[in-house]
Amino acid sequence: MKGKAFFRPDELFRMEHIISILVENKFGVLARVAGLFSARGYNIESLSVAPTLDPTTSMITIVTVGDDRIIEQIMKQLNKVAEVLKVVDLTETHFLDRETALIKVHTKPEHRDEAIRLADIFRAKIVDSSASTYTIEITGDVEKVEAMINMLQPLGIKELIRTGRIAISRETTHTASPRREPALLKS
Amino acid sequence: MKVTGAEIFCESLRHEGVKTVFGLPGGVVLKIFDVLCQRKDIDLVLTRHEQGAAHMAEGYAKATGKAGVVLVTSGPGMTNIVTGLADAYMDSVPLVAFTGQVSTDLIGNDAFQEADNVGISRPCTKHNVLVKDVNDLAQIIKEAFYIACSGRPGPVLVDIPKDVSTAKAEFKYPDKVNLRGYNPAVGGNKNQIKQAAEEIMKAKKPIVYVGGGAVFSDAADEIRELAEITQIPVTMTLMGLGSFPGTHPLSLGMLGMHGAYCTNMAMHHADLLIAVGARFDDRVTGKLSEFCPEARVVHIDIDPTSIKKTFHAHIPIVGDVKAVLRQLNVILRSMDGNPAQIKASRAPWMEQIRDWQKAHPLTYKQDDKIIKPQYVIERLYDLTKHEAIVSTDVGQHQMFAAQYFKGSQSRTWLTSGGLGTMGFGFPAAIGAQIAYPERQVLCITSEGSFQMNLQEMVVAAERKLPVKIVLLNNGVHGMVRQWQDLFYEGRYSASLLGKMPDFVKLADAYGILGLRALKPSEVEPVLKAGLGHKGPVLMDIHTDPYENCYPMIPAGGAQHEMMLEDPPELKLAKKGGPHKRKMDEGEGVLPA
Repeated sequence: MKGKAFFRPDELFRMEHIISILVENKFGVLARVAGLFSARGYNIESLSVAPTLDPTTSMITIVTVGDDRIIEQIMKQLNKVAEVLKVVDLTETHFLDRETALIKVHTKPEHRDEAIRLADIFRAKIVDSSASTYTIEITGDVEKVEAMINMLQPLGIKELIRTGRIAISRETTHTASPRREPALLKS
Repeated sequence: MKVTGAEIFCESLRHEGVKTVFGLPGGVVLKIFDVLCQRKDIDLVLTRHEQGAAHMAEGYAKATGKAGVVLVTSGPGMTNIVTGLADAYMDSVPLVAFTGQVSTDLIGNDAFQEADNVGISRPCTKHNVLVKDVNDLAQIIKEAFYIACSGRPGPVLVDIPKDVSTAKAEFKYPDKVNLRGYNPAVGGNKNQIKQAAEEIMKAKKPIVYVGGGAVFSDAADEIRELAEITQIPVTMTLMGLGSFPGTHPLSLGMLGMHGAYCTNMAMHHADLLIAVGARFDDRVTGKLSEFCPEARVVHIDIDPTSIKKTFHAHIPIVGDVKAVLRQLNVILRSMDGNPAQIKASRAPWMEQIRDWQKAHPLTYKQDDKIIKPQYVIERLYDLTKHEAIVSTDVGQHQMFAAQYFKGSQSRTWLTSGGLGTMGFGFPAAIGAQIAYPERQVLCITSEGSFQMNLQEMVVAAERKLPVKIVLLNNGVHGMVRQWQDLFYEGRYSASLLGKMPDFVKLADAYGILGLRALKPSEVEPVLKAGLGHKGPVLMDIHTDPYENCYPMIPAGGAQHEMMLEDPPELKLAKKGGPHKRKMDEGEGVLPA
């Protein structure tokens, strides 16, 4: 499912990378960063932007896909932008990533228990309900979110919105899990 | 005391040592022009089209190494310089373009002459910024010049809204920039440089491949030293010409699509490629999978994105070319044994290159009927004693000039390489002539390119700038026609220019001396008269519309598989083929 959701067949064996870009919190910076991708025909799979603790800077998290040469070029091009302060390819290190999805599912009376049970299993929350739908909020890594979506598919998903991924490096001294290899993609 | 944004602008330019601004006024920059005309320290060159201003600033910057400055209005003023910005971005020319913008309260309202200047210029500038507060103006200008000129140079655009130029603020020019995200590398990694030196000493068939980065970094002396102590032949890209003397025994001239046979063969067989400030452009490499198949690659460049972008590098060195070569030369000198020994060890390689050179030298046949473009350039080269600053436009004449005008100095070869902008040459020549009023500046151009910015003749005339325009007039878009002959069975779609203006009369109308040469015997007298004239001159030289530029690596072809002359079917066609007759019937044929 993951392969189908994210990648086209011509991108077989390309790696997925999560790139954290610390930038000046100024207008136009996001456009310049995004422009670097579009001008070279590289796709942005997901994007998230928000200020950091220091309000003069923002953190952009981009998930992209490419072979080593493309990723190296992306990293170098990003570093070249005057307003870019730091670029890290998190997939090169130990990291944690999270995504939130809001999923509106159809709930026929006979499906309500199942929806509640699934939300419970995935530690998701039902944040809104109507006569015919539940809206479920789930946060987790991409596998968990996609597993939840898969499980809810048979009930009928009316609407789905995902935040795109954010990620943070692990403190290496306290690392609990081994380094996660970037997923080698197969369709 | 508080002063207006316009005054801050002019004072900031003075602090940056700007003497010349190229531009054209308009509604939202009137305040700046008003302050500018009351000052004596900054010369405003009023161009007749904003594109001319951008290319003049480029010519000025390429010839001097200092930032060229452009000042234009909002909307169409800005959109007209986009070609110049894109050209400067591709060729790493330091340019600071100031554009007017509608007042901040009108931005986004589709106001009169409004355009999203920052948005439009984003992909073709190194950096750009909209000034929203007059208090930031001086700092932004300081940073604009710093970014344009440092690292890999490039164009920077500063967008100044009308109300910012009229608002008042205290002026204090900052003494340093405050850019935490911008720190271009200078010296290269010592370990890598040492490894490069070892590779150089080991190599049997090395070659130095120099690009425009060597010119911007003023590394001509260092390249010469490198070549001479190691006895390695040097080839240059179109942008790198001049960084190593074309007449030097180790010079192989230009490489790539229209490079000499021996040069491309040497590249193909080299076992070590030392790339210096070059970016492995497709016009250089041809088919990448067959480019330099046997070579180890040392790549020196200040821009990390140039390294491993299209071609692999075994020893990448990120740093300023001049600084890195200095370090490299010191190591090489310490490793260096006996110069005679090194020369002897290189002898078989040099001999091989000489054999290639003898087998297929650059060649053309000048008869007494029709002027060959190569002949004009060779005569020009001799008559100017090899010292002129040469600007070119884009096309066949540019390639002929690159092949036959063997520049001896950096910053004397001004051409549009990356973007290939027709219309660049003439304004660039004006910019260079303004920077160096005493030097001889030639503009080698053609009827197609020249007509794209000929309006700037009036600038040459009114300022009595002695630019010598050598117009190789063959009545066709020569390079397009050549490709159509070679790859499109001679169907001349839109390459024959048809009705041609009388360039001598045109020059006369602008107050410039016009001369014409129709026969080979007239070339030398016309060139002599033109070069001897004190003011600007346009020399309309009618050349062979069928001449093709060889050698040629067809686009996407391998570098060692060059076309060296017209293929047999084309030779046949030229002797009476259908497209030959079409031209002879008057279409695209020159006025008598």
